[in-house]
Amino acid sequence: MTASLSPGALFGLCGAALVGIGLYAIVTHPGLLRRIVGCNILGAGIFLVFGAVARRGGGAGFEADPVPQALVITGIVVAFSASALAVALLKRLSELNVGERNGTAAPTEQRGRL
Amino acid sequence: MTLLLDLALVAWLLALAVHVVVQRGERSAIIAFLAFGLLLGLAWVRLAAPDVALTEIAIGGGGTGILLLRAEAVLRGRGKEEEPMTRAGKLAVAVGCAAISAGLGLAVLSFASPAPTLAPAAAEALGATGLGNPVTAVLLAYRALDTLLEKIVVLLALIGVWSLAPDGVWDGAPEVKPAIVPGPLTYLARILPPFGIVIGVYMFWVGADAPGGTFQAGTVLAAMWLLVMMAGLKPPPDTSRPLLVLALTGGPALFLAIAFLGSIFAEGFLAYPEGLAKPLIVAIEAALTLSVAAALAMLVAGPARKAPAR
Repeated sequence: MTASLSPGALFGLCGAALVGIGLYAIVTHPGLLRRIVGCNILGAGIFLVFGAVARRGGGAGFEADPVPQALVITGIVVAFSASALAVALLKRLSELNVGERNGTAAPTEQRGRL
Repeated sequence: MTLLLDLALVAWLLALAVHVVVQRGERSAIIAFLAFGLLLGLAWVRLAAPDVALTEIAIGGGGTGILLLRAEAVLRGRGKEEEPMTRAGKLAVAVGCAAISAGLGLAVLSFASPAPTLAPAAAEALGATGLGNPVTAVLLAYRALDTLLEKIVVLLALIGVWSLAPDGVWDGAPEVKPAIVPGPLTYLARILPPFGIVIGVYMFWVGADAPGGTFQAGTVLAAMWLLVMMAGLKPPPDTSRPLLVLALTGGPALFLAIAFLGSIFAEGFLAYPEGLAKPLIVAIEAALTLSVAAALAMLVAGPARKAPAR
């Protein structure tokens, strides 16, 4: 029992659950911003599963395998870049929608009114 | 005792994630996501990965959090919501997601034993790099190609963000300052940056031998720059400003140049000559830290909003 509840396995299971929760948000949530948040939760879950792999792979004086750790760091930065791009697209989309609704196409001027 | 702490941490993480999904208010959900990112950092500490913990807290929690909060402020009241799904549809999706989670959980519990590991290989070559932190060695020596490509992905994302600027303000500066700057923000923006810059430089320098490194240091520096821009103490630069472009591309350019020189003076592309590995890695890290800081701050700042000053 204690073996199956080592930090590695425990947080791996937590990661597995987070993947499901994030995916649910991406598919069902009506708001697009929340879907981006869902993507981040899904990503966090995958990283945690990978962290569990790293933790199990400890050896040679290291508590955890450094290779998956480095890949997760790379992944976090890429996930942030993707989120930033998604958020920028979403902002632009909503600007265009507002412009359409008001019958004007001058999105930069719309900002002042908000 | 530590098991209790772990269980509490997992319970909090799952509760916050569920809260983010079911919460109606956008703002409350994003703040819960910020807390989630910080707790996730603690989980990474429990997984014996302090480098990842620092990155997660700085970028996953802080960076993404500020990005989402700013977006929420802009989108408030005009977010175009799709038709909500029917109850039956949601139930079907929930069952599917639960199945995926269960499958992943099963995979976690049935990992191969003994676990496959590259730790001995990483430890063996550590001496040749002159580094003490195995994660930095993986990032900048053994798997340097990943890091190089990642830097280029960050720049591509930034190009994507910038390309969303309307025609009239192309090349101009993004708008970061809110309409009303609260007093405490101005105060923080005056007091915090000196400390933040020292912490950032320290994290970069110590990253060679201890937890820390370019991403974490770059994020701290980016946060300080954003703070100053948000308080309106210094306006954001035009996106076409040569100094900014140099800061953005300097890191990847130096990395690429040293990589190509490696194929002349060392064993091949991205190889470092023996004995020179550590100074070269530290030089690349220094340039990359500045590039990461500039890129992350500009990613949060968003596309140009003001006509360029000419």
